[in-house]
Amino acid sequence: MPSVLPLGDPAPADGILPPQVLDGVDSRKFGLYVHIPFCAVRCGYCDFNTYTATELGGGASQDAYASTAISEVEFAVRAMEASGLPQRPLSTVFFGGGTPTLLPAEDLARILTAAVGHWGLEPGAEVTTEANPDSVTPESLQLLADAGFTRISFGMQSAVPHVLKVLDRTHTPSRVPLVVQWARDAGLAVSLDLIYGTPGESMADWQTSLETALSYGPDHISAYALIVEEGTKLAAQIRRGEVPGIDDDDHAAKYELADQLISAAGLDWYEVSNWSRTPEQACKHNLAYWRGDDWWGIGPGAHSHMGGVRWWNVKHPTAYANRLGSGVSPAAGRETLDAGTREVERIMLEARLGTGLQVDALDKVGRHAVAGLIADGLVEPGAAFQGRLVLTLKGRLLADAVVRRILPD
Amino acid sequence: MSPMARTAPVPAATDPAIIRNFCIIAHIDHGKSTLADRMLQYTGVVKSRDMKAQYLDRMDIERERGITIKSQAVRMPWELDGTSYALNMIDTPGHVDFTYEVSRSLAACEGAVLLVDAAQGIEAQTLANLYLAMENNLSIIPVLNKIDLPAAQPEKYAAELANLIGGDPEDVLRVSGKTGVGVEALLDKIVRDLPAPVGDPNAPARAMIFDSVYDTYRGVVTYVRVVDGMLHPRERIQMMSTRATHELLEIGVSSPEPTPSKGLGVGEVGYLITGVKDVRQSKVGDTVTNLAKPAAESLAGYADAKPMVFSGLYPLDGTDYPVLRDALEKLMLNDAALVYEPETSAALGFGFRVGFLGLLHLEITRERLEREYNLDLISTAPNVEYEVTLEDKRVIHVTNPSEYPTGKISEVREPMVSATILAPNEFVGAIMELCQSRRGIMGGMDYLSEDRVEIRYRLPLAEIVFDFFDILKSKTRGYGSLDWKADGEQVADLVKVDIMLQGEQVDAFSAITHRDKAYAYGVMMTGKLRELIPRQQFEVPIQAAIGSRIIARESIRAIRKDVLAKCYGGDITRKRKLLEKQKEGKKRMKMVGRVEVPQEAFIAALTTDESKDKAKK
Repeated sequence: MPSVLPLGDPAPADGILPPQVLDGVDSRKFGLYVHIPFCAVRCGYCDFNTYTATELGGGASQDAYASTAISEVEFAVRAMEASGLPQRPLSTVFFGGGTPTLLPAEDLARILTAAVGHWGLEPGAEVTTEANPDSVTPESLQLLADAGFTRISFGMQSAVPHVLKVLDRTHTPSRVPLVVQWARDAGLAVSLDLIYGTPGESMADWQTSLETALSYGPDHISAYALIVEEGTKLAAQIRRGEVPGIDDDDHAAKYELADQLISAAGLDWYEVSNWSRTPEQACKHNLAYWRGDDWWGIGPGAHSHMGGVRWWNVKHPTAYANRLGSGVSPAAGRETLDAGTREVERIMLEARLGTGLQVDALDKVGRHAVAGLIADGLVEPGAAFQGRLVLTLKGRLLADAVVRRILPD
Repeated sequence: MSPMARTAPVPAATDPAIIRNFCIIAHIDHGKSTLADRMLQYTGVVKSRDMKAQYLDRMDIERERGITIKSQAVRMPWELDGTSYALNMIDTPGHVDFTYEVSRSLAACEGAVLLVDAAQGIEAQTLANLYLAMENNLSIIPVLNKIDLPAAQPEKYAAELANLIGGDPEDVLRVSGKTGVGVEALLDKIVRDLPAPVGDPNAPARAMIFDSVYDTYRGVVTYVRVVDGMLHPRERIQMMSTRATHELLEIGVSSPEPTPSKGLGVGEVGYLITGVKDVRQSKVGDTVTNLAKPAAESLAGYADAKPMVFSGLYPLDGTDYPVLRDALEKLMLNDAALVYEPETSAALGFGFRVGFLGLLHLEITRERLEREYNLDLISTAPNVEYEVTLEDKRVIHVTNPSEYPTGKISEVREPMVSATILAPNEFVGAIMELCQSRRGIMGGMDYLSEDRVEIRYRLPLAEIVFDFFDILKSKTRGYGSLDWKADGEQVADLVKVDIMLQGEQVDAFSAITHRDKAYAYGVMMTGKLRELIPRQQFEVPIQAAIGSRIIARESIRAIRKDVLAKCYGGDITRKRKLLEKQKEGKKRMKMVGRVEVPQEAFIAALTTDESKDKAKK
């Protein structure tokens, strides 16, 4: 989650949602995102809303954080009920950060238990936490599994020490196979996160990282091109010429290599940056983002969405805790999307998926553009003939350009 | 030392014997305006407390650039040996683009003050104007200005001036417009040395127009010098070139504010107001006569202003086209030299092809359009007018490369200029090299003084309109100065170079060049565009061609990545806003075939780095 919040409308103190969220609510799944805003070290590339100080004071401290988060869960229950939304069981839960596993596993379990206690879990629900390879033990992983977590996503990023160093990642590469094994032993599905295009990373380095990650047999891989966000340490280093800048052509070549090696290992892409061993092992929580389902985001800076209403919480953990302490919504702003804007978002998000986008749901401009996209090798002709717009490898690399071509004028 | 005049001679009743008409010939920055201001102050026509720096330069742009575009005339009283005289100071435009206007201003005078910076010496344009003055048989008073400067070398430059116009270096006056030193002596010398105007008071009226200015409140204000007879208010006058007649609503003198009078007699200088709204009805050089008692012959020297340099002006935002059209119409009221016609470019949309006297005129006009009418403009590379004769003997005049005929051409003629360059002699080699690379033929070289030379070249106008002056300046470390005037035409081996993006010709980038330079232009433009056009989803070849023959090529590699890697819950709003912004940006792109070309690329491709200051001659 980028640290800069969007500009939006003011959000009401009671968190009540406009009536439009009720339209079609039965066809939308309901998920929960829990943001853990703490890290042991801030990584040089990271612009997420996270803090390294162990004591932020009051309800914002790491010790008190679980209780503060639970108070937002309770706030959410009341606000949704007051807005007339029916009670829906959670189909996915995702703990992200920050480094969720920097909190004691008991705290994560406590937050999850509170949420499930209020809303319940759908059968087969997916419950994921992100984790740093440094901050888990066999015991903590077992505790998470026992509490109801089904899946863990390790921030492996690279297998090459000099690349990890530029990224400021503190873990030692040799720890990754261990934690993967511990997670498996605890019965958790395992995903590995990789980053490519770090300044100084050669093509051979990237191949090493991919092959190493695949050798651990993960159920799922996310591979992201490094984005240099303004205001990060890395951006400053590049600006000062201390590390080389980002080269999009290098990114493209590395993406192609990733797709080649990951596919060869038996995982299929289901979103531009995500591959899974089976369709069932795709990250259901993330798919919910891309399919326009409802979710409530708990935590400072967390974003939420319900039926075309998006809002985001205040960023600082102290301000966040203070709001909740006085019974006021922690939302900093929100936007209510009109039908046209929701359609733009739908096209923008669904076009990135392996299942693609329904062509006849596009307007005339969009449908007209499809032939050109086939000619340019950006969409799969076979799928297009059957009415779905699915990106080719080349198209995935140019997904934003494709979206601009099919959006209404 | 003379005192300020106690009584001023009255207009319409002034004996020509006590009139002195003069102008100041000077290079920009040599202090003409400051000296003029000081004269206004010493003669008492402007009170010291009303003194605005450079009173005579009215337009903002003139004030900022320190140059005079439009001239005026001021009547000042001055007393010498007990007689009050009427001094008419006629301000002349100082720039080479306005040679014709200068010549008409000079024709209104009997004498000229040749003003030269005592630290810099004479410059080419000054020299050119001095020649014009001498051709008009003006008496010259040489003056060195800025003698207060530590870097002043009055002995050296006095000798240079004496050498040029004849006479003794001791006779060169030394003044400082800044401190006022020598200014009263100069006014005395003007009265003493310059001849009084001569004319026939009983002949039919003849007055020469040396300037006309559009004023929002009063319409066109016409500045004239009466040669014969007399003009009176309320009588009907006739413009002898157009035969147009007008009623003389007001007649008067500027001192320096307009002051109505009972008329203007022989030798007098003043203004006329007839209520016309367009300066084209009051042409510089034309003769004004009395309709009831018309003169048989007009005064000599009238010529129509002829545009030399053409450029397409396009609004950046296509919806501003009507604003540009109205703005040009308004500017035309005050600028008889400006000509334009609508033109369409496949790449730039709707605009106008505008003819100018020269590059400065282009630059000033563009700046006024942008500043006074709040327009953002793209101007295409300046062009001269070519005369193309086809094999079937048809003759076409081409001012825009896109009009260049594709059929069989038997001959192309291009306009020529004769150029005079002044510089310290150490730069002769560099200047000759430059002129020869611009297809110049040397006409001669003279030493003005021991270390300063005058070099004369005949050059194609097209070779000097773009960056010649800037390069001359840099090759002479700023010391070189240039003057040019039209000098016929010549047959030349010219070709049209087209630029193509993905096989589509982009009219705005076409150029007519000499065959030997076509390759260099092609390489330069294709290279520039490769840098300026963003990568597309496909490879874009950029080619330069003469007809169907490719002479240079570049290519823009296809973009391989245009996707945001992460797009999770918290990214969606930001990502959508970015997308909307990109979509907006796409609307401002010009499509050339399938290639999206940003407006900025057009602007950057059509401007050189040097051209930003090319007008600061």
